[in-house]
This record gives sequence, C-alpha cells and structure tokens, in this order.
Amino acid sequence: MIAIVDYGAGNLVSVKKALDWLGQESVITSDHDVIGKSHKIVLPGVGHFSSTGALSRSGAQQAIETKVRGGTPFLGICVGMQWMFDGSEEAPDTAGSGMLQGKCLRLPSTLKLPHVGWNHLRIRDTSRLFRGVPQSSLVYFTHSYFVPVVESTDACCDYGHSFSAAVEKDNLFGVQFHPEKSGDVGLKLLANFCEL
Amino acid sequence: MKGVQFNNLRDAGDPAELARAHSESGADEIVLLDISATRERRTTLLETVRRTARQLFIPFTVGGGVKTLDDAAAVFSAGADKISVNSAALADPDLITAIAERFGSQAVVVAVDAKRCATNSTWQAFTHGGRKETGRDAVQWAQEAEKRGAGEILLTSMDRDGTASGFDCELTRTVSDAVGIPVIASGGAGRAEDFVEVFRQGHADAALAASIFHYGLRALGDLKQALGNAGVPVRWPC
Repeated sequence: MIAIVDYGAGNLVSVKKALDWLGQESVITSDHDVIGKSHKIVLPGVGHFSSTGALSRSGAQQAIETKVRGGTPFLGICVGMQWMFDGSEEAPDTAGSGMLQGKCLRLPSTLKLPHVGWNHLRIRDTSRLFRGVPQSSLVYFTHSYFVPVVESTDACCDYGHSFSAAVEKDNLFGVQFHPEKSGDVGLKLLANFCEL
Repeated sequence: MKGVQFNNLRDAGDPAELARAHSESGADEIVLLDISATRERRTTLLETVRRTARQLFIPFTVGGGVKTLDDAAAVFSAGADKISVNSAALADPDLITAIAERFGSQAVVVAVDAKRCATNSTWQAFTHGGRKETGRDAVQWAQEAEKRGAGEILLTSMDRDGTASGFDCELTRTVSDAVGIPVIASGGAGRAEDFVEVFRQGHADAALAASIFHYGLRALGDLKQALGNAGVPVRWPC
C-alpha cells in the first residue's frame, strides 16, 4: 500500500487518481501508523513551502524519516521534493527535512513567474525513475522556487538557468514537475516508482 | 457549450468526453468554463468536474460560478488543478488572495474578458459571461489581479470570441507586457498562423481555443505540426 501523505495543502486527489489508474492501492493519510505500515510513500504538494510545517506538527515527518531510513522508497512531488532538502527561500522559518543537502531558491524575477507549462528534461542515463522515458521528454511544471543542480540531480530543466527537475539517491526520489499532470510520460514515471 | 462573441451559445457535447478526446489528440491543458454560471446564478457543476478529472492526466482548470473560498475548495476536491475566477474576483478581489493563500498562486487563474473601447487602444473588463460592464480598465485589472495573488491571466478578447478572425494581438501584448505572470490568449483562433502571431507579436505565454477544436475544424495534431514548422516550441509528438 502506498501512503500519500496529507499535510493540508496540495492536490492530493490528482496523485491518488493517477495511482488508481495504474492499479496501485494507495491511501491519503497523515496518520503516522498508516505511514509506518506503507511500503511506499508519496509526498505531493503544490502551494507555499510553509505548508510543509504541518508535517512536523502532525508527527508525519518522524514517521517518514523512520521509514526512509529503513529503505522504503519515497517520492516527493513539487513542494514535496523541495521539502526533502534543508529549506527554501520561500519560507525561511520553515525547515525542510534535510534528507538531501541544499536549499531551494527563487527563479529569476526577470522571467514570467510562476514557471508554468511543459518543458524539456535532460535525463541522466542511469536514472531508475526515468527508465524507458525518452530523453528530452516534456513534463508539466508550475513553480517559482527550484532546487539547484546537485549531486543527486537525476534530470535537469532550463528556465532562465538549469535547475533540478528530478533527484534520486538510494530510496529517495523527487520531482519538481507534476507526473500526475504530465500525460503518458508522467504515468510511466509513476509506474516506475511503483515497481521499485 | 460554445458561443460567438459571448452570445448564441450552443451545446458542443459532453465535457468529460470532449476533454478526454482533446487530451488524447494532444491538448496540453484543459479548461472547463461554465460560461453562463454567474449569469444564471448557478454554482459549478461539481459532478461534471469529477467525471472529467477522473480520466484526465494533464492540467485541468475549472471556471464559472466560483464565488467563495468554499466553492473553490469543493472544485479542487472534485479534481481541478486550477480555478478560474472572473465575476466574483471583480466583485470581491480579496477572493483571489484567499484562494492563493490556501491553495497557492499557481492554482488561481484570473479570467479577464476584455472588450475594446471604440475610441482608442484601451479595453474594458466585463463580467457575467460578457453581459456586464465593470468600468474597469482590463490592463489595470490584470495588474491588480497579479498583485493580489493570481498565478495566470486567462485573457479573452470579446471582440474576437468565436469569430475565427485571429487573436487580438495588441490586447494580448499590452496585458502580457504589463504583468509578470503568464498570460493565456483566448478568443479568435481560426488558422495556425493566428497562433504563431499571438505568440510572436502578442507575447502570449499560451493560447486557448475552443470552437475550432470542438467542431473538428482543425485537428490539434495538424495545428501543432504547423506551429512546430513555424519555429514555435510545442509539445509534439504528444
């Protein structure tokens, strides 16, 4: 069973719909016992980084960290991926989980923000998440903050400059774009995660 | 439902079926507008939203009849990714901020229905599906919407709507250059060249069309190929 972690923000319904479509059993929850019993965790999210503060208050963060240490595959989407890092310029008072090192920054304001729409990926050949996804595939983004290109970067995208479109390290996975809104490419990526 | 210059509305088919067909033929995003909701004092057709969202894995915007934060919340839980507001936002601009604070700016599209003033290059914003003058300058209203938290502007030229005579590039450029958020151009799409023009001369960040797709006047794939050939970046093949 896949736990879709609810922290009162983001469109959880669309992630659940995509997993339903793929025939995967999932549950939307903020309960640490339910998270504790899951075999995969998805942390969706759109909206403001400060909303992730609810994760520590509800005890979900501790449950996630325990599971991740035990090797359970984890996928963070959009703000969910940003939360995997130390924090974000968007909400300096809200700490990220620090499971990966780095800080989210604001995209240059000389560009139209948010960065909304379909954009190309440059995918690392060794990626497990993008197995079978063609190079330069287009996926749907909507965000104003980004994770810089770091060691765990799995795919890059350009908007003003290069940023991490996806990260991957051991059992940790994150995507800045919305796989649940990226048509067949996004569904393929979610299927890959489900098969890990 | 689709009209010409906001009148003569006629039924174009089941929204859920149309949305799925458009998605399969390569649409990048689906917008479902209950265009006469405010005029007929109806709240959003939640069941239609739910049915449409179930089989859609591309971005899905819903507009028409959203008057309160609670209305918006219900539409999001039915499966919409973004809400488009027009009449209610002009009546109560705080609604934009309220939705943006709860669901994020990326979830709030402010629809601006603009009609060219007779004398010069200015446009007035209309509400109630184009029935009601607001006295507000469309460009200034778009700027205010951005300040209040809108993530995108859906800009419709009432003069061009349903005419297939091309987008109003002057309107689109004026608004797009005046705001820092993406502008979706709408109203008047007829030929592939119209899209090329609205991206190039109109500085549009995206373009929306309805009639030409609903009535099968132009296959989406052909249009994208024509745009690609003209050097406009498109999601192709889909």
